[in-house]
Amino acid sequence: MNLNLILQLALSGFLLGGVYSLIALGLSLIFGVMRVINFAHGEMMVWGMYVAYTILLWTGVDPFFSFLVSAIILFILGYLLQRSVVNRILDFPEAMQVLPLVGMAMVFENSARLIWGPDYISPQSKFALSSISLGPLTIDTPRLMAFSIAILITVLVLVFLKKTDMGKSIRAAADNRLGAFLVGTDVNKVYAVCFGIGTACVGSAGGLLVPIMPLSPYIGAPFTLISFIIVILGGMGSLTGAMVGGFIIGVAESIGPEVITNIFHGLGVDLEFPHTMKQVVSFFILIVILILRPQGLFGGKKR
Amino acid sequence: MLSVKGIEVFYGDLQALRGVSLEVNQGEIVTIVGSNGAGKSTTLMTISGIYKPRRGEIQFHKETIHPYPTAKIVSLGIVQIPEGRQLFPTLTVMENLEMGSQFPKAKQVRKESMEWVFKLFPRLEERKKQLAGTLSGGEQQMLAIGRGLMARPILLMLDEPSLGLSPILVKTIFDIIREINRQGTTILLVEQNVFHSLSLSHRGYVLENGSITMSGTGQDLLKNQHIRQSYLGL
Repeated sequence: MNLNLILQLALSGFLLGGVYSLIALGLSLIFGVMRVINFAHGEMMVWGMYVAYTILLWTGVDPFFSFLVSAIILFILGYLLQRSVVNRILDFPEAMQVLPLVGMAMVFENSARLIWGPDYISPQSKFALSSISLGPLTIDTPRLMAFSIAILITVLVLVFLKKTDMGKSIRAAADNRLGAFLVGTDVNKVYAVCFGIGTACVGSAGGLLVPIMPLSPYIGAPFTLISFIIVILGGMGSLTGAMVGGFIIGVAESIGPEVITNIFHGLGVDLEFPHTMKQVVSFFILIVILILRPQGLFGGKKR
Repeated sequence: MLSVKGIEVFYGDLQALRGVSLEVNQGEIVTIVGSNGAGKSTTLMTISGIYKPRRGEIQFHKETIHPYPTAKIVSLGIVQIPEGRQLFPTLTVMENLEMGSQFPKAKQVRKESMEWVFKLFPRLEERKKQLAGTLSGGEQQMLAIGRGLMARPILLMLDEPSLGLSPILVKTIFDIIREINRQGTTILLVEQNVFHSLSLSHRGYVLENGSITMSGTGQDLLKNQHIRQSYLGL
């Protein structure tokens, strides 16, 4: 087994895991507060990517700055989506909440196709191909940047929730909706802001991913799935769980195929486990978690 | 100050209130007594704007308030301390109190309000950094009342504040309610502890099956034969 290769893969998976954490943080925040799963999460991330891409195309501003615009636009989209659709389905049974949001996912996916076309695009940003050497390992600069900014945003979101009045209102409304109404919270506004923050997280993550991976209107659904897996792994509604889960899935997806191929070879089976099947690794982890610890790593808090 | 005029409230097709009317005047303590399911909590929730009456009207200082959202009603000074406390268990005691004072007028005097609450409930000050979910039942009730006071209510509505508390704590809570009233807050109380609450009240209403069946001063109601039989077991 090539240890250097595994280390290299683990490192780049860890860095991408930081972005996964941010994506899952958004999903987990929305679920934790409103008990609604945003099935349009990945598709909204794609919108964040296209916004950053468009800015790069028109002005040349690098996605590592323009992710802020992605965040703002996705905040507005999320706020409006909550007000117009999600707020009406909060009291529905879970199964009935799925359809409107899956429907919104289609709306986002197809409107992205209408606006930006169906092709895969790999925009060349300034840092796209640069890297830093660290002994035998190389670090992609874009990944390192994306990782650092994603962690920074995550910390900011957590501080916002902890310290500000709006953040406290969000936590209060998550704790006890009736109680929040009775102390005079405008719960609908708090929910809409919370949904907006959740989608701003995924929007900025989208912006950060532009230099790392090619974009197309169709890459949203796998990201919805992967963030869903991360949230289940970490524990539904647990923000710590979402972050830790992001790193676990990031690393596992990255080293999984190589490790499995090595195991195949060790067993004398001449098979390659292709990297394109990395999602199999995530789903395997999901199944193991559902069997051994269905409440997730950091879940288990009964409400 | 508050006047409820013939409100009818439905849960789906089920009628919970059949034309409830009551008045609360400035400075009073008014109690609504009644058995389980009579509609006491529904009445308070309707005044708070959580439920909307299908017929009837609720006025506060001559202003019709029942169409308003709860947040607006709270900011007018009508604050409810609900049954079961409805605290925020993963927020600290301090944060719970801050949540009680979030609209601009209450926020301006947040510090003074908090000092007032800590003076009424020194125990809360000792525990201010603790999560609300880790408090004992009595402390949680104190926090619920404190959180309500943070909004600087003109009319404070309490739903079963003595529920699940030990007799000593019940006395403490009722003493505090009397003290809050003495300092100028009007009180509308819903209680199953009929004896305690009526002896503390200026006036009372008896709610049965969604209608007011009797009203009078606290002392008159305590002497009433029907009340003695049905609610006091005498």
